[in-house]
Amino acid sequence: MASATVVSRPLPTLTEGWSAEKDFKPVASVTASTKRTIEPIGPHFLAHARRARHKRTFSEDDRIEAQNAAKKIEKDEDSDESEAEDPMMLQREAKDWKSQDHYQVLGLSKYRWKATEDQIKRAHRKKVLKHHPDKKAASGATEDDNFFKCIQKATDVLLDPVKRRQFDSVDEKADVEPPSKKEATKDFYKKWGRVFKSESRFSRVQPVPQLGNDESTKEDVDTFYNFWYNFDSWRSFEYLDEDVPDDNENRDQKRHMERKNTNSRKKKKAEDNTRLRKLVDDCLAGDERIKRFKQEANAAKNKKKFEKEAAEKKAKEDARLKKEAEEKAAKEAEEKAKTEREANKKAKEAAKNAVKKNKRVLKGSVKDANYFASGGDASAAQIDAVLGDVEIVQGKIDPDEIAALAGKLNGLKVADEIKGVWSEEVKRLVGAGKLKDGDCKSLA
Amino acid sequence: MAENKGVAPDERTVIGLSFGNSYSSIACTVDDAAVVIANEDGDRQIPTILSYVDGEEYTGGQAKAFLIRNPKNTVVSFRDFLGQDFKSIDPTHCHAAAHAQDVDGGVSFTIQDKAEGEPSTVSVSEISTRYIRRLVQSASDYIGKKVTSAVLTVPTNFNDKQKDALVKAARDADLEVLQLVNEPVAAVLAYDARPEAKVEDKTIVVADLGGTRSDVAVVASRGGLYTILATAHDYEFAGAHLDKVLMDHFAKEFMKKNKDVDPRENARSLAKLKAESEAAKKALSIGTNASFSVESLAEGIDFQSTVNRLRYEMIARKVFEGINRLVEGVVKQAGLDVLDIDEVIMTGGTSHTPRIAANFRSIFPETTVVQAPSTSSTSINPSELLSRGAALQASLIQEYETEDIDQSTHAAVTTVPHVTNAIGVITLSEAGEEAFTPIIAPETALPARRTVHVEAPKEGGDVLIKVVEGNTHIKVTKPEPKPKENGAKDEDEDDSDFDSEEDEEEEHREKIWKIGTALAEASVRGTKKGSKVEVTVQVAADLAVTITTREVGGKGGVRGNLKAP
Ligand SMILES: Nc1ncnc2c1ncn2[C@@H]1O[C@H](COP(=O)(O)OP(=O)(O)O)[C@@H](O)[C@H]1O
Ligand SMILES: [Mg+2]
Repeated sequence: MASATVVSRPLPTLTEGWSAEKDFKPVASVTASTKRTIEPIGPHFLAHARRARHKRTFSEDDRIEAQNAAKKIEKDEDSDESEAEDPMMLQREAKDWKSQDHYQVLGLSKYRWKATEDQIKRAHRKKVLKHHPDKKAASGATEDDNFFKCIQKATDVLLDPVKRRQFDSVDEKADVEPPSKKEATKDFYKKWGRVFKSESRFSRVQPVPQLGNDESTKEDVDTFYNFWYNFDSWRSFEYLDEDVPDDNENRDQKRHMERKNTNSRKKKKAEDNTRLRKLVDDCLAGDERIKRFKQEANAAKNKKKFEKEAAEKKAKEDARLKKEAEEKAAKEAEEKAKTEREANKKAKEAAKNAVKKNKRVLKGSVKDANYFASGGDASAAQIDAVLGDVEIVQGKIDPDEIAALAGKLNGLKVADEIKGVWSEEVKRLVGAGKLKDGDCKSLA
Repeated sequence: MAENKGVAPDERTVIGLSFGNSYSSIACTVDDAAVVIANEDGDRQIPTILSYVDGEEYTGGQAKAFLIRNPKNTVVSFRDFLGQDFKSIDPTHCHAAAHAQDVDGGVSFTIQDKAEGEPSTVSVSEISTRYIRRLVQSASDYIGKKVTSAVLTVPTNFNDKQKDALVKAARDADLEVLQLVNEPVAAVLAYDARPEAKVEDKTIVVADLGGTRSDVAVVASRGGLYTILATAHDYEFAGAHLDKVLMDHFAKEFMKKNKDVDPRENARSLAKLKAESEAAKKALSIGTNASFSVESLAEGIDFQSTVNRLRYEMIARKVFEGINRLVEGVVKQAGLDVLDIDEVIMTGGTSHTPRIAANFRSIFPETTVVQAPSTSSTSINPSELLSRGAALQASLIQEYETEDIDQSTHAAVTTVPHVTNAIGVITLSEAGEEAFTPIIAPETALPARRTVHVEAPKEGGDVLIKVVEGNTHIKVTKPEPKPKENGAKDEDEDDSDFDSEEDEEEEHREKIWKIGTALAEASVRGTKKGSKVEVTVQVAADLAVTITTREVGGKGGVRGNLKAP
């Protein structure tokens, strides 16, 4: 084609960072092709043929080979297998067409409601080719066209969607009998599946949910039973009507017959609804999946209950453990406090004792230094003054300082050394402002 | 065909011939335009009927008239018997005329074709030869030169034996058969040869609704090459069945006035009934009323009646609906949806029927062109399409040697690979989403080459060309579901419950392109503001692909190849 088609939708902008050698990136090859026959007609074909032949000559073998390679479009008329014709059927009277099996007449017994329109047409044509009275007459046979009329009637019914549904409604040969309880114990899904597959033909709503199998989910099974308990059926029973007299004379009779037919249709329809409901009931009753789903649901419920109980138990236990831990911690804290208190007391006592002891050291030291009396016993006044000053110093310093002072004094025997320590202490205290210059003269 | 050297190309005078089972048509070309030829009676639709009265041979409309007075020596509906064994023919439509006979397994008719003596048994081949000879004579008279050669149309399900028999029958009538072409593509060619026609890729349904059969084909038209994707043949819903509807109607009307006289029970009355019913049917294609008038319809009683179109359409509904289903079925058979069909070409006499065209109009989406007299002012007469197409083909190939034609139409030439999926590029929708834009349609015969001009982004700049395969699917949007009726409820409904389906709200169906396998990426750099990018995809017979792209009007461009799979 020479001219270019114009597209008004824009191309995308190049993605950032896109690059390819010579700006072209091959990704994949085209999906496989189909060989077909182009029609050798028109100017464009002539151009094609010129190119395709290019001075070549093709043989008959090439033709056959090429034809075999091309996809076939026409159906092979003879490919349909044919059903044997029952001699009894060939004897049928055309006027009894109502009771004939239209599918059998056309050789479609195997297909019934499943036969496509195309199948029916082809079946009809095949029968016409065989049974047309003009052909029989040509071959010298009798002019009996009864069976031909049966064929025409069958086709008339089956090619008319309305009439076909009426016939299919009462085509018992297409029914699949439900399995008995016992039969259904083996191959439940296969046996019941066939039944529902066949019943599906009456559903106004298509496609119809099918029975499924052991692996079907609960959801699918629920959908299935819901659908079938609410089945919307087009099945109707006018095909079984009794003939209404055609003439105008018997008006009452006619009306009577019509009423009778209407009632009978209603009754049959109601019966059919009941039948179907029972069918679904029976299938449901034997459906192991339902039991299993129940069990599974129960198990799930039990599991929940169990889990709840376990959780409760655990909560209780946890609470208990928590309480115990708390009590233990409290007790421990109390004990710790107690020991601490005792230790404190002891330490205090020890400190007190140490102070006492150190104080004794202090007092002892001045005694050892003979109260700083130079030669002979110290006078009572001297002793009082020294001891009084020791008391004052002791009162000015804390236990640590007392201990330090005691440490310095401990072991000293020489009076001057002892006095040196004391006077140093007094000097320190004066320096710290705790004593005034001139205080504790006896020690300085 | 090969055994005969045929006529030398420069000595040929050619026509197109549609030899139908109920009507035939002949055409030639004048200055490359097809012209349908009227015979000596002024008919362009010539009944395929041969009749002998007193040794005199009649064809067409004159022969048809003898179905009433002289049915035994009148041969009808014989084309479909050519090349067939007696056991595989349907004699239905010969019932009211000369009956087909089994002669050595083949088909013959016994007719009094000479003024005196014994009747002759004439094979269907000879009958056809005699008939074709008369058509050729009419054409020669019109053209003013002896017609030597023709292109003939055949149904797509004619087998080789039938084709050979047809060629032989024509040759025996001194007519060289240049080529047999399939009926539906002859119709397509007739449309495509119009000067205003553009070569486009489109998918066409050709509904050939004739007298005794309806044949429907789905044709992929790709760059002027045609490929038939599916066909369906039907012998239950065609013109004769519409005649039957009216015959029954008028017979009943007659019986209302004349009790116990059924005009269908007497052969001659039946023939009159049929002839006038067909005339009424044709009148109803143009007018909304038709009169029916037969002298001495039965037992000497004259009968006059009328029928209006509405009534006709009601009583013929079953046939119309059968035709609808046939068309819908063949589209499905082609693996397509009605939304995939770009055009419906209605051909064959029954396609004149307004109701059928209206039905097609509603089956297909609005964008589908329905080519029929009542739906399109530019349509071509459905009764003439086949002969026109054949005449156009005849003029195309008349200067070729027979051998050359044979080689060019050889299966080795006509069997070619067709792409399975569409090939196209990714463009951006208004919402900025990636969308598939086809360049090569599915079922395009290979080799093929197509070019598109696609807009660059508004601001120009560097453009990405992503070549991908594409597929269509049908998106169905259902209306809000109405509360479902329960199975138990419709007890008091009568048998009209069929129609209740029709008033359900229609779902909305839409054809959506799906992006498939990525094939290649390319870039065109620095496009100008508001410019276009040209993308050409060329697929070779071995499926090797060449892609070229450039800015329209720009220099250089990108070129790349994809290997054959
Ligand atoms: N104007 C018309 N309206 C309705 N039907 C028509 C009209 N013209 C022809 N027909 C019918 O078309 C049928 C013939 O179709 P045609 O395609 O010409 O023949 P064939 O069967 O040979 O393919 C006949 O049944 C004829 O009555
Ligand atoms: Mg035709």
